[in-house]
Amino acid sequence: MTELAQKPTIAHDDAGPNYLKAGSGALSWLFTLDHKRIGIMYMIGVSASFFLGGIIALLVRTELLTPGKTFVEADTYNQLFTLHGVIMVFLFIIPSIPAILGNFVLPLMLGAKDVAFPRMNLASFWFWLFGGVLALASMHMGAVDTGWTFYTPYSTTTNTSVTVTTLAAFILGFSSIFTGLNFIVTIHKLRPKWMGWFDMPLFLWSIYATAVIQILATPVLGITLMLLIAERTLGVGIFDPAMGGDPVLYQHFFWFYSHPAVYIMILPAMGIISELISVHSRKTIFGYTLIAYSSIAIAMFGFLVWGHHMFTSGQSGLMNMIFSALTFTVSIPSAIKVFNWLATMYKGEIRLNTPMLFALGFIFLFGIGGLTGLFLGALATDIHLHDTYFVVSHFHYVMEGGTVMAFVAGMFHWWPKMTGRMYSETWGRISALIIVVSFNLTFFPQFVMGSQGMPRRYYNYLEQFTGYHQMSTVGAYLLGLGFLIVAVTLVASLFTGKRAPANPWGGATLEWACASPPPHHNFAKTPDYRAPYDFSALRHDAEDGGYRSVPSEEV
Amino acid sequence: MSLPSTIISDWLPGTLLDTDLWMSMCRQAAGLVGTIDIGQGGLWPTLAQFDGSFWMPVRASTAAGGVDDLFYFIFWLSFVFFFGIVGVMVLFVFRYRERPGHQAEETATHSTALEVTWSVVPLVLVIIIFWWGFQGFMEMSVPPSEGREILVTAEKWKFTFTYPNGYVDGDLHVPQGENILLTLNSLDVIHSFYVPAFRLKRDVVPGRYHKAWFNATEVGEYQAYCAEYCGTAHSDMLARVIVHPAGEYDAWLREASDFISTLPPAEAGAKVFSIRGCPACHSVKSESNVGPALDGLFGRTEHLEDGVDILADENYLRESILEPMAKVVGGYEPVMPTFQGRLSEDEVTVLIAYLKSLE
Repeated sequence: MTELAQKPTIAHDDAGPNYLKAGSGALSWLFTLDHKRIGIMYMIGVSASFFLGGIIALLVRTELLTPGKTFVEADTYNQLFTLHGVIMVFLFIIPSIPAILGNFVLPLMLGAKDVAFPRMNLASFWFWLFGGVLALASMHMGAVDTGWTFYTPYSTTTNTSVTVTTLAAFILGFSSIFTGLNFIVTIHKLRPKWMGWFDMPLFLWSIYATAVIQILATPVLGITLMLLIAERTLGVGIFDPAMGGDPVLYQHFFWFYSHPAVYIMILPAMGIISELISVHSRKTIFGYTLIAYSSIAIAMFGFLVWGHHMFTSGQSGLMNMIFSALTFTVSIPSAIKVFNWLATMYKGEIRLNTPMLFALGFIFLFGIGGLTGLFLGALATDIHLHDTYFVVSHFHYVMEGGTVMAFVAGMFHWWPKMTGRMYSETWGRISALIIVVSFNLTFFPQFVMGSQGMPRRYYNYLEQFTGYHQMSTVGAYLLGLGFLIVAVTLVASLFTGKRAPANPWGGATLEWACASPPPHHNFAKTPDYRAPYDFSALRHDAEDGGYRSVPSEEV
Repeated sequence: MSLPSTIISDWLPGTLLDTDLWMSMCRQAAGLVGTIDIGQGGLWPTLAQFDGSFWMPVRASTAAGGVDDLFYFIFWLSFVFFFGIVGVMVLFVFRYRERPGHQAEETATHSTALEVTWSVVPLVLVIIIFWWGFQGFMEMSVPPSEGREILVTAEKWKFTFTYPNGYVDGDLHVPQGENILLTLNSLDVIHSFYVPAFRLKRDVVPGRYHKAWFNATEVGEYQAYCAEYCGTAHSDMLARVIVHPAGEYDAWLREASDFISTLPPAEAGAKVFSIRGCPACHSVKSESNVGPALDGLFGRTEHLEDGVDILADENYLRESILEPMAKVVGGYEPVMPTFQGRLSEDEVTVLIAYLKSLE
């Protein structure tokens, strides 16, 4: 890191041009080592993936308007829902918060000039890009139709492009590992001297916990997918019973990564909510220590619950019991966080701007997502609900109602810092409202049809489910509209938005101490001590519309 | 791509804007049990087909009641917690919203008593849920020692059920009030045998046998699904479960097993065609499916994948049933499983008689 930071690239450290102007041309972006520019490139790529995955979701929902064929054949439908899953999981939601907001904000929050390994950071982006292109290219080579889980022996016997798609997921895994490793080292080594672990913003705790999962769990997915490829191409019998393998072993391997991966998705989201609730309520976060520890607890317990995806798979009753019990332990730290956020709002000064509305939407939707997890963690009820739309709805409430809501909240919150522009609050609020309402219209009926027995991944369905499916489809169209408004609002701000002050929300974490957008090297000198949630020294400055710290004797 | 726009326009005003329907759904959602009659003869007739409660389908096994009790316990617990959390959130947003003259007040930044409380209370509740769920699971999954055994065979894309006397059927027929012991096996990929009315689900894995059991409490007909994704016709991999009155089952099984000798060949063949799951892939109404349509096949000239033309006579039909990969019709995937050794000579004969009878 130091080597890069000391290189006199554009200007003198102090008040140099902002990072957007530090170098021009496509190459200055594609080969940049600046964490902020890498974050922006991730933002463009990952958001494009989100919209592609979203369009495919709308095609899936459109096909489900009627039982039987609506406009595509069964095989096409199976490929569509697989692509939706692969794109949303591997290309969008896993990199979303860590790679975009983590990259941009993490070094700033530490008062550092960059991440510990800037070249590795760039390599992570290139791996992502390469893996993404490969995944999309596989659509043209006979799109994969296995579902995003690639369950054997179906995946080793179907004649679609499973090998290419799993290879893409393998490469994307490296991107994730690089990001995680980088963040762990950065947090360990680049904190200012005065910043102890418990002086860190909670977002960093959550990113740290996430990074631990990324580097410990992702290699297992890589190995599993390699074994799958070996079985398909070389005929090595590991999973296919026809060759002496064990198909359920694949499920253990797969979920050993993919359940912790759920926490790769949700932990950073919880970190964002901890920041936003505090800043926009103008209140010190309640129960800092417990929130910090609960992130670590979730990351640890998250490794021990994979078997709850397999209660009907034939694993022994004893294993079912153990995994069910461990699953419930994860619910406690999650619940603690929710209660602490509410306690933070108590006697605050709650600002209902766009980031806060999305954060409140997170609590609402994640509340439903988390509580419906109780039905699935309990053995007796899971047997009935497993592989039905109840599960589909549950994980969309957690992943989309949770992670995506927090991601969008974070994008609005840090957008002024990233771009130097303020967006339209009116349109931002409208989008939040549309998204929360239409999200429930889309997914709530799926709980009902799921508990009534509608299995997932069904192209055709019984007449009795038609009404629920149609509600869900109409909701999905509105949801698409909501996210479109988010995109237009943010992009439009680049052209018409007011210039953003350094600290528009009165945040006390260090990223608000540098200019908006930040200069190339972030800080001229290591910032002085600031408590991350102490707002008492911040005063509104009518002149630039933001907040300024006042010297402590004036407080 | 043609979108049925009329579906949306016909449906939207009728259902989304129907406040009575929404109200009755809310009442149903809030009602613990009770039969559902929303939309009976109204704007949403499809939903009236449910005979269970708003959340759960009809209960027809000894296990269903216990599962539903736990479901509703968690439901009401979640209901209280969710509305508690959202209620507090809305209250705080309203009382402490940013407005002139209102400022944030310093309050305690942590409270050990409070935090211990809201860690321990949920912990106790989830321990109760866990234990209840585990107990229920053991009751559902440990088979009783006595009962009628039925073999369930899953393959792309059908279930077949083999009864102790060797009779094979595409539907699961069971007597009311007896323990039924299922042994499940798959011939290709993983499937899952799912009967919502019995709250029963068990994956069917190739290369091993899984056990499941149930005891049906109500006479009637119930839906069984494949719940583990298995490819093209996964969503058509359905079966019916027919629960016969206790005293009538043995007579039914005797008569059903005897159908080849009692029915005319073409009719017997139609039955073999249906119970062996052929319709999952072959239409008899000139519709192309996973496999070619079979009506009018006999006597027709088929174009094979390798360009050869062949007359569909008895020998061709026989070969296509017993060695399906030998002569694959052009434009279709070679995916049909063989029935060599799985159909008796009589069954093949009546099946061909049926195919000949299709105009």
